[in-house]
Amino acid sequence: MAKLATATRSPALAGKSIGGQGVSLKVLEPAGRMSLRARPAAVAALSRALGVTLPQKSKTSAAKHGRFALWLGPDEWLVIDEAGADLLADCSSVKGLHSAVDVSHRNVGIAVAGPNAALVINAGCPQDLSLQAFPVGACSRTVLGKVEIVLLRTGEDAFRVECWRSFSDYVYGFLSEAARG
Amino acid sequence: MAGSYRISGQGRLTPAKTARFTFDGKAMTGLAGDTVASALLANGVHLVGRSFKYHRPRGILSAGAEEPNALVTVERDAARKTPNVRATVQELYDGLTVNSQNRWPSLSFDVGAVNDLASPFFSAGFYYKTFMWPKAAWHKFYEPNIRAAAGLGVAPDQPDPDHYAAHYAHCEVLVLGGGAAGIAAALAAAETGVRVILCDEQAEFGGALRFEKGAVIDGQDGWSWAQGAVATLAAMDNVTVLSRTTAFGYYAQNFVGLVERVTDHLARPGRDEPRERLWQVRAKRVVIATGAIERHMVFANNDRPGVMLASAARTFLNHYGVVVGKNVGVYTANDSAYAAAIDLKKAGVGVAAIVDLRDNPAGPLVDEARALGIEVNHGRAVTSANGSQRIKSMTVQAKGGGAERTIAVDALLMSAGWTPSVHMFSQSRGKVAFDDATKRFLPGTYAQDCVSIGACNGSDSLEDTVAQALEAGANAARDAGAKSSKGVALKVEASEGWTGGMLGAGPGAGAGTTVKAFVDFQNDVTAKDIRQAVHEGMRSIEHIKRFTTNGMATDQGKTSNMHGLAIAAEALDKQIPQVGLTTFRAPYTPVTFGAIVNHARHGLFDPTRKTPTHSWAESHGAVFEDVGQWKRAWYFPRAGEDMHAAVDRECVTVRKSAGLFDASTLGKIEVVGPDAAKFMELLYTNPWEKLEVGRCRYGIMLREDGFIYDDGVVGRLAADRFHVTTTTGGAARVMNHMEDYLQTEFPNLDVWLTSISEHWAVIAVQGPNSRKIIEPLVEGIDMSDEAMPHMSVREGKICGVPTRLFRMSFTGDRGFEVNVPADYGRAVWEALWAEGQKHGACAYGTEAMHVLRAEKGYIIVGQDTDGTVTPNDAGLDWAVGKKKTDFVGIRGMMRPDLLAKGRKQLVGLKTKDPRTVLEEGAQIVENPKQAIPMKMIGHVTSSYWSANCDRSIALALVAGGRDRLGETLYVPMPDGVIEVEVTGAVFFDEKGDRLNG
Repeated sequence: MAKLATATRSPALAGKSIGGQGVSLKVLEPAGRMSLRARPAAVAALSRALGVTLPQKSKTSAAKHGRFALWLGPDEWLVIDEAGADLLADCSSVKGLHSAVDVSHRNVGIAVAGPNAALVINAGCPQDLSLQAFPVGACSRTVLGKVEIVLLRTGEDAFRVECWRSFSDYVYGFLSEAARG
Repeated sequence: MAGSYRISGQGRLTPAKTARFTFDGKAMTGLAGDTVASALLANGVHLVGRSFKYHRPRGILSAGAEEPNALVTVERDAARKTPNVRATVQELYDGLTVNSQNRWPSLSFDVGAVNDLASPFFSAGFYYKTFMWPKAAWHKFYEPNIRAAAGLGVAPDQPDPDHYAAHYAHCEVLVLGGGAAGIAAALAAAETGVRVILCDEQAEFGGALRFEKGAVIDGQDGWSWAQGAVATLAAMDNVTVLSRTTAFGYYAQNFVGLVERVTDHLARPGRDEPRERLWQVRAKRVVIATGAIERHMVFANNDRPGVMLASAARTFLNHYGVVVGKNVGVYTANDSAYAAAIDLKKAGVGVAAIVDLRDNPAGPLVDEARALGIEVNHGRAVTSANGSQRIKSMTVQAKGGGAERTIAVDALLMSAGWTPSVHMFSQSRGKVAFDDATKRFLPGTYAQDCVSIGACNGSDSLEDTVAQALEAGANAARDAGAKSSKGVALKVEASEGWTGGMLGAGPGAGAGTTVKAFVDFQNDVTAKDIRQAVHEGMRSIEHIKRFTTNGMATDQGKTSNMHGLAIAAEALDKQIPQVGLTTFRAPYTPVTFGAIVNHARHGLFDPTRKTPTHSWAESHGAVFEDVGQWKRAWYFPRAGEDMHAAVDRECVTVRKSAGLFDASTLGKIEVVGPDAAKFMELLYTNPWEKLEVGRCRYGIMLREDGFIYDDGVVGRLAADRFHVTTTTGGAARVMNHMEDYLQTEFPNLDVWLTSISEHWAVIAVQGPNSRKIIEPLVEGIDMSDEAMPHMSVREGKICGVPTRLFRMSFTGDRGFEVNVPADYGRAVWEALWAEGQKHGACAYGTEAMHVLRAEKGYIIVGQDTDGTVTPNDAGLDWAVGKKKTDFVGIRGMMRPDLLAKGRKQLVGLKTKDPRTVLEEGAQIVENPKQAIPMKMIGHVTSSYWSANCDRSIALALVAGGRDRLGETLYVPMPDGVIEVEVTGAVFFDEKGDRLNG
């Protein structure tokens, strides 16, 4: 059989960005994402397999070499690999009880950065985003306006907002509107 | 000088900074910092509006948020017309256009004023008593005419071009109110380093210090101290200072709604500036420092323009440099009005007389007034204000009656005392308590983590207020987690103190009188109306309030509630606390819809969800329909085609060759874990344990009550992994339903659920040529019938990217659903489209999908079912595992009524005239000649023109339907009765051969 042309990838909102007063929005490159559920006994082995220690405390994350593990629940993590690596393959040899599901294309990541980043997100997110309550590395599955997002603080003035693909128009639009003031 | 009533050397505004504005078209000049009210008064204008019911001329009562009378329309441009703006709150800017309301043809000559003469017909409760008959006249005559005659401003008729912002904030200490109390509390809290938010509704902070000249704090006059203190606070990193910001609602767990007016005071707002910003604040502690509101005196014609609160006159003088008249009278039961008389007298205004209801007023203020030569009449009352569009004189009489004396005045300042503003405290669900000594309601039992301080807490002296505030601020910060406190000290060196006050109607307006002595100005409620309500049998203050509408206007009775209560108590011969206080509800002052809606407008009103192939469908002429939040391609009309023609062509093409359909919106859930099959057994009616890996099954999910909740095809990818699909509309709720049961009923199972709806784009390829279209693009999957029979699933690659390829059919023809990661959806669709073109395939939309499935009798949950349909009703008994002993809904399904004969069952209907297409939802009867109301035995659930059957087809739920096959039934419609034959639900390829065709 002749070699088939590989389908090209068309990510949602690819490359969109704006810079505003004290805040910039940027749609992030496609990434590898895995929804990971696991019993406590499997956590250590999964951490080793992934090369990043799965956090056990609520609202915390761990990061290593462009790979983030976000605590979303007592047995639930969202693992993001910025380089798009196959996260499921890394976990495939782990014997402990767990569920690894590929959700790479489910989400769109948007970087919100600048001195007004928290202010802009707080236009639609009711969480306390002060550095005391939501320090660098803090993460949460929360809401922005009318939709669910996963929020990760990547720096004092920088956040990663993850939302489902079909909500990305809304989230990007909401953040753009909020950035007006 | 901007206005002939502006006095040089008085007030805090800068004379050089003028601002032009118009009032009812007349050009006037005010000063920057003026409100519309102060600017109008500076120009000698007292008449600013007409009242709600009687169209009586009305002026300016107050200088603040409590204003009931001076409501105006502010127009920025054609689209920006804001009605019912309080003139005492709206700040002046250059170019402002202000118009009066509720008058025709003009403010000074208003035809509607005839209502004033007709007032006996509009007395309390007239809504409930008059115009009851004939009933039909309500809609056509009474209601429209009453509405037109009684009313305030006119709502704008163009979309609001402004944008509104929102902001969630958190703090340790939220201080409501920026008078001396609020500022002092904020200073004490802020010093500890915790986050503090201080808000005040005015443009500048200071509260009562705006008019109280006698206050000296830390060596400065009160106002200057306040400005300095707020500047200090604003400069602190941990403090947010919000002016022009009203706390309007106090909700559970110290969640407080504030609305910040960002641009209403600006002549030229920036393009990106929101008009208003809604703040939703979660505070660990709330300090309520909302002050007190002065009450008016209740006497005849107390609503005449020129009659106003004493503190208002004092504010206009001491802050705005405006005198409210040249020869004023004072009617009071409280010392505070003396201070107003004294300030005005010192500013050169004539004070005709002070009339004090009290028998022996005494104290330094009284002495000072006398020393200035002001006539003080004690034990006397003003029994009437005279004049119509402006007060001309006041009638004075001894309390017990006797000779009347008329004193000429051009303004009358009044004070019946001060009502603590317990609105926010009460909204927090705190219980107020009546203080009998001072006849006022004060904060009693607290329900939330808040504290009231200052005048709203009954404090009568500035020394006491500041001491309370410093303690409350420090305590709030400490309780909210502040680590250290150095403390703040403030020295109150001079202050004002007042005593006295009265509640209810004054002399001349008491029981038995018929004068118009207004209690509630905005709703035109008089003392007589309240007595009448009692006379007509109202006992509870809540009933009296609704019967008279006292306190129900947009000002929420800020000046009227206590008077109304006292008059009712007197009429009922009860004590005030026994009659009780009406409930305070949000909002404290009116809040715009814009602020509440904020960002949720236009595209942000609700998310619009689009599939990965949306843009392809768009460029191929698709017409879209809304399915929940999704945009789905409805049909793809070609040149010259209407919907009917397009759908016919799509339906025929699918069965003749093939069609491509975007099924990405289907809900998809990955069920993973060693107990995955066990879990599926419990959630679905079907058996799953024995489903082979690589095979699919159509599953039905019930609710506990035994009725169908959702359906979908489920593929087993591995022993411990299922790929579940749900309906588009059911995606979120099915996931929640499953998760609920997993967490509460079956937590022992080792299984997890993950939503993968949006990870996969789904392209359905249906029709006899479907395999030929897909096969060339696929690697690693044998698609022959032997290797991949109907209802199977394979994982492999298509166009070089991973796919979960389902062989399944929602058309009855050979069919596949190609799942690919969403970002590849568009490219794979295009590749399939290119292959499809070789075979004459088409793209089809949701309408053709509906027709094709109806031809096969496949149900759509939510269309052919309505939450009262069992699997048996729907003819789906075959999908219920007969040997199963447990699944959600198994007990419900066995309830006697759900097994009874005669239940509505899903059947097909064929119209006797094949051209007639039934209406969905139409009712079905046995005998069309029976008397109305006819006995309805079922209804049409789905109905279409089927080009493949060359006739109309319909599905229906009919009582005992499966026993009626072949029977003739009737569908009565407005233009005639339609005859139908009951048939099986399958209209096309009854044997099902085409699944492998």
